[in-house]
Amino acid sequence: MKTLLRYLAITLLLAAGHASADKPFVFTAIPDEDESKLQERFGQVAAYLQQELGVPVRYVPVKSYAATITAFRNNQVQLAWFGGLSGLRARELVPGSQALAQGVEDAAFKTYFIAHRDSGLTRADTLQDTLRGKTFTFGAKGSTSGRLMPEFYLRQQFRQAPEDVFSRVGFSGDHSRTIELVMSGAYQVGALNYTVWESAVAAGQVDTSQVAVIWETPTYPDYQWSIRGDVDAQFGKGFMDKVRAALLAMKDPALLAAFPRSGFIPASNSDYQPIADTVSAIGLIEE
Amino acid sequence: MGLRLSLRHFHAGLLLLAALCIALGDWAIGSHDPSRILWRILHGAITPDFTNTHEWLPAMGSTIAFAMLGVGAAWALGLLLSLVYHWRLVRWCCASVRGVHELFWALLFLQVFGLHPLTGLLAIALPYSGICARVYAELVEETSGLPERHLRASDRFSRFLWARLTQAWPHIRAYSGYRMECGLRSSAVLGFIGLPTLGYHLETAFRQGQYSQAFALLYAFFLLIGTRHWWLRPRWLPVYAIASLVWLAHTSAPYLSLQPSLLWQFLSHDIWPRALLAGNLAATGDWLWALFHDEGLPGLFNTLLLSLVALVFTLAFSLLQFPWVSRHFVRTRWRWLGHALLVALRSTPEYVLAYIGLVWLGPSMLPAALALSVHNGAIIAFLSGQASNTLLLRTDTPAGIDRYFWTVLPRLYRTVLAFTLYRFEIILRESAILGILGIYTLGFYIDSAFEDFRFDKAMVLIVLTAGLNIVAEISARGLRQHLALRNTPEEI
Repeated sequence: MKTLLRYLAITLLLAAGHASADKPFVFTAIPDEDESKLQERFGQVAAYLQQELGVPVRYVPVKSYAATITAFRNNQVQLAWFGGLSGLRARELVPGSQALAQGVEDAAFKTYFIAHRDSGLTRADTLQDTLRGKTFTFGAKGSTSGRLMPEFYLRQQFRQAPEDVFSRVGFSGDHSRTIELVMSGAYQVGALNYTVWESAVAAGQVDTSQVAVIWETPTYPDYQWSIRGDVDAQFGKGFMDKVRAALLAMKDPALLAAFPRSGFIPASNSDYQPIADTVSAIGLIEE
Repeated sequence: MGLRLSLRHFHAGLLLLAALCIALGDWAIGSHDPSRILWRILHGAITPDFTNTHEWLPAMGSTIAFAMLGVGAAWALGLLLSLVYHWRLVRWCCASVRGVHELFWALLFLQVFGLHPLTGLLAIALPYSGICARVYAELVEETSGLPERHLRASDRFSRFLWARLTQAWPHIRAYSGYRMECGLRSSAVLGFIGLPTLGYHLETAFRQGQYSQAFALLYAFFLLIGTRHWWLRPRWLPVYAIASLVWLAHTSAPYLSLQPSLLWQFLSHDIWPRALLAGNLAATGDWLWALFHDEGLPGLFNTLLLSLVALVFTLAFSLLQFPWVSRHFVRTRWRWLGHALLVALRSTPEYVLAYIGLVWLGPSMLPAALALSVHNGAIIAFLSGQASNTLLLRTDTPAGIDRYFWTVLPRLYRTVLAFTLYRFEIILRESAILGILGIYTLGFYIDSAFEDFRFDKAMVLIVLTAGLNIVAEISARGLRQHLALRNTPEEI
């Protein structure tokens, strides 16, 4: 028993030692596409930030949009690459947090509706009535371009909940999976982030004779880097500005391909008011 | 006579209900080319790819560590609680904590503790304590009361310890070993919602269609579970516990920060209906009704529907498969094959099987029902096969089909049915959970509420699910008594 207690004491000391070791600056990103590549994609971003900021930087992968927000809320990560909706929620939950930078493409982002050829749907300027009765998949439940925006425009067009417009509504989980499910015919129609579609097409991963874009939404602001308001207190005065500067100075195409974005531009919390308006319009957050 | 009649009624009712469920449910095959996908999955099964083992080996460590500490705590707590299990309050508390599935607990704790190891530990320890307390108490109850009578002068604790526990101990040990196996499965599945265990990599591999890598993970997991009897030795437990603690502290270093204020805010604010916090009772009632009507009711309906169909499928699967491990049908030389297949199916969590099924058949209740019946059916077939081995047959007994239908089945059927009804509670719990994968059972609505950060909604739906599980537990017990099926196997 005595030895057991001694072991236990040593263990606890070790655990405590780990906790108090030089605290790294930790960031994460919403798992919006190809999960197996997340570590690869963001590992190099971590190395870049570490070099620019002069503190140990770690990237941690997470499984869901909600978990990203929770980690941010719990101060387990201090910086995150959020979507429009997840960023909005995260900043609501952490007072003082800031949207720092967005991708050049994010100021005017859009959602593509794609359909399998067998559905008989073709490209149009509006959402057509022929969509009724088809099967349809969103992306992740907490996604801006895969859920919030397509749901908003579906409701606006049909004046009905998506479940009543389509014969079956699913949530694929991420944008890459949406492409796959529509391509396999599991769903006839899907809605997704346009950059993921464009890069999958460019990489030859889409059989464009089978699947095509049938409608694109008007533009809206989307992804952004958000940071906790208390990082200056945790990592020293001026740290938030240093992070913003490092993000805006990211020019290496290999790094930018991780997002995929052509570069970063400054962003502020107020840039995301349109997302907040959409959210309250479709009642995702009832008050 | 009355007894046989009620068994017949029971079957008629069950088949009628299942037929109704099949008529009302969504059983479509959604994928375009299921045979091609099945072929790719099978190809992955025969060409497991161990090249990136270094990526998921740490996850294996965490899977063991979470199970070891979580189940270990549940053993201790369950044993303590079994001592006072006759108190109504304790019974109710245990019923409620085990009424909530470990994945739902994990989703709850994820909101408060984030990826801190406490999330995984509590998610396993809490429901497992409730389960262990109940089973330990039942095992103790079943011991002979004779020795206790001679210790009448002693206090309650001494009598429990020396007259009851000593008798029940071998059964408690066997059951605890089985619980650890369940704990390993639960721990692996927690990865599907983001904890750093095997499920994390399994989900990714299946989602991305990297089936060879997925099967490498599965085979490693089978090996872990299949060798349980060798490595799970009581005297090594302290070493395992300490190693697990060190491992978790080491691997989750970045997540160790906790915000106690968040816990308080979660308990005092987040989980309560907004209208109730504003003091508006009428609006709270409206909100609750709308929630029940729009999400609770369809979720409840689909959960029941899925689990009833799965129950019938499970019974059928068990009846068809038990001969593989029975000495009356298959020679010893070949029995290991059936044995291996059933062990593999029972080692694979139904959540993982359902995930594979969804990839294969597309989104509907069909893959979910198949997954539930294959996993649970394998467990029951295995136990039934073993039970059949204890039957002594006449020397002039027929062989083959005749032996199955006229000699073995009439004597074994009641046992198989009892096992199946025991599993029903578990099937129901799992049916709710499979909603997280996108089938419209209660889990779907609970997961959506968490994704929308509506913890008040999630809470109401979780309470509803727990209520359903408690009602099922009580009625299954009643039904078993009514049908005079008494048989508490240790691994059910």
